[in-house]
Amino acid sequence: MSFDVAKVRREFPILSEIIDGRPVHYLDSGASAQTPVAVLEAVWHYETTSRANVLRGVHRLAERATELYETARADVARFLGVPAMEIVFTGGCTAAINLVAYSYGGLLKRGDRILLSELEHHSNIVPWQLLRQRTGVELDMLPVTTDGQIDLSALPKVLTSQTKLISLAHVSNVTGALLDVRRVVDAAKSVGAKVMLDGAQRAPHGPVDLAALAVDFYVFAGHKAYAPNGVGVLWAKPELLDAMPPFHGGGSMIGRVTLAETTWAPPPRRFEAGTPPIGPAIGLGAACNWMAALDWTAAHDHEMGLVQRVLDGLQKIEGTQILGPASLQNRYPVVSFMLDGVHPHDVAQTLDSFGVAVRAGHHCAQPLMDRFDLDGTTRVSIAPYNDNGDINALLTGVRHAATTLR
Amino acid sequence: MSDELYQAKIVALAKSKAGAGKLTAPTKSARRDNPLCGDRVTIDVKLDNGKIAEIAHQVRGCLLCQASAVALASSAVGRDASGVAELRHDAERAIGREAGKAHEPFDAFEPVANHKSRHECVLLPFEALQDALKLPS
Repeated sequence: MSFDVAKVRREFPILSEIIDGRPVHYLDSGASAQTPVAVLEAVWHYETTSRANVLRGVHRLAERATELYETARADVARFLGVPAMEIVFTGGCTAAINLVAYSYGGLLKRGDRILLSELEHHSNIVPWQLLRQRTGVELDMLPVTTDGQIDLSALPKVLTSQTKLISLAHVSNVTGALLDVRRVVDAAKSVGAKVMLDGAQRAPHGPVDLAALAVDFYVFAGHKAYAPNGVGVLWAKPELLDAMPPFHGGGSMIGRVTLAETTWAPPPRRFEAGTPPIGPAIGLGAACNWMAALDWTAAHDHEMGLVQRVLDGLQKIEGTQILGPASLQNRYPVVSFMLDGVHPHDVAQTLDSFGVAVRAGHHCAQPLMDRFDLDGTTRVSIAPYNDNGDINALLTGVRHAATTLR
Repeated sequence: MSDELYQAKIVALAKSKAGAGKLTAPTKSARRDNPLCGDRVTIDVKLDNGKIAEIAHQVRGCLLCQASAVALASSAVGRDASGVAELRHDAERAIGREAGKAHEPFDAFEPVANHKSRHECVLLPFEALQDALKLPS
């Protein structure tokens, strides 16, 4: 089945924007995706017909706001194939990982071990380093293969009976490599460890079947999944959420407060202290519904067809190297590359003058840059709304940088 | 295509690589990282009565950072800390952070004025040199 990219593009008003006489070729969705009309309308509807705080008011606007907020929770849950009450809205993906590191981490003790990898985003490294400082847990690292995948052949060496949690990127934000989740889960089960996936780069590419993945925690960001900024999601198995202490204290997360002591609300409220990001959460619910309505077999084929064009085009430019899987197998539409003799920022700046938006630098993955002794990479990240015109502009810009800057 | 940032003067400065490298037995040396982009500059200096006698730079960074390090190294010999501060004012004028007209070689960076996200690329070599000069003797 063919994919009607023109129809998808019409749903994203920003793609019609002209800046300095040039159309927008947006290839930076891995940093922040664009937002379709359906999401903008959902937020507009809330702000113009139902704006109020949630859970606390008896007036009709508060009832409306609460209804929309809880419907959004159900929409996100349906996207992940789980019950609504297992969904915790957070301030973002980073906030969700910090929540787990603090609350689940609070159940760990000195000497327990957490397994990460060299390609993790800083948000899946630093919270665990902070936990290590607080509690004395130990961190282990899975290495990365030369083609930018987590080297799971090292699992038997680094897993121990003290390993309590394995936390890995579902899809790398630098190399695009897709994790072999089944292999990780099987290995984790052999030592009784839990598994958390950072789904920031996977969730924007279609519904996630958490039951099939059989992991224990899953997190992702709203703004990378076509929703507004300021909202993210934590899903965890209910028995884990039940056992975890609160992260933040405040309104909404309590059972009963006295000056002597406080009891906690059950999940998910226990983890949603204070006024939540109501509008962004409603937008995220709409984004999940928007994604669920796409034909992802066709959309994925479309995205990966563009990836193939990027890989083929870059390989024809002398001095380019890809950091990531060379084929379309086990990868998602994120492509990092280096252009010999030209710094990634200069590549990205040149591309901007062609109207092409990409990301350059260390991508919040400095340990991965150290692994490959790189200053950084130029990263192309693709969404269903990208088309051949975007890729043509990209390759024209890279060729220009190659001829003028070295 | 309006390739306004990478004009010939900036590219020529960067490609000249003048002053690139290390000094043997520098009097002072300092490294600065830009945590946002990962650029890294190391500056070595030999001082004579508080004035820069020799200077060398190692840049792991973009073309703007390389060009700025070259411009700084070509202008810094014979200057003390206050003289280096004067050069920095010139660079800040070039990128529009201070009023006035920049002098050569820093006037090459005038196209950077409209690219605020790249200002730090130009200033990072100054940060490293000024850190080095503040080190105790």
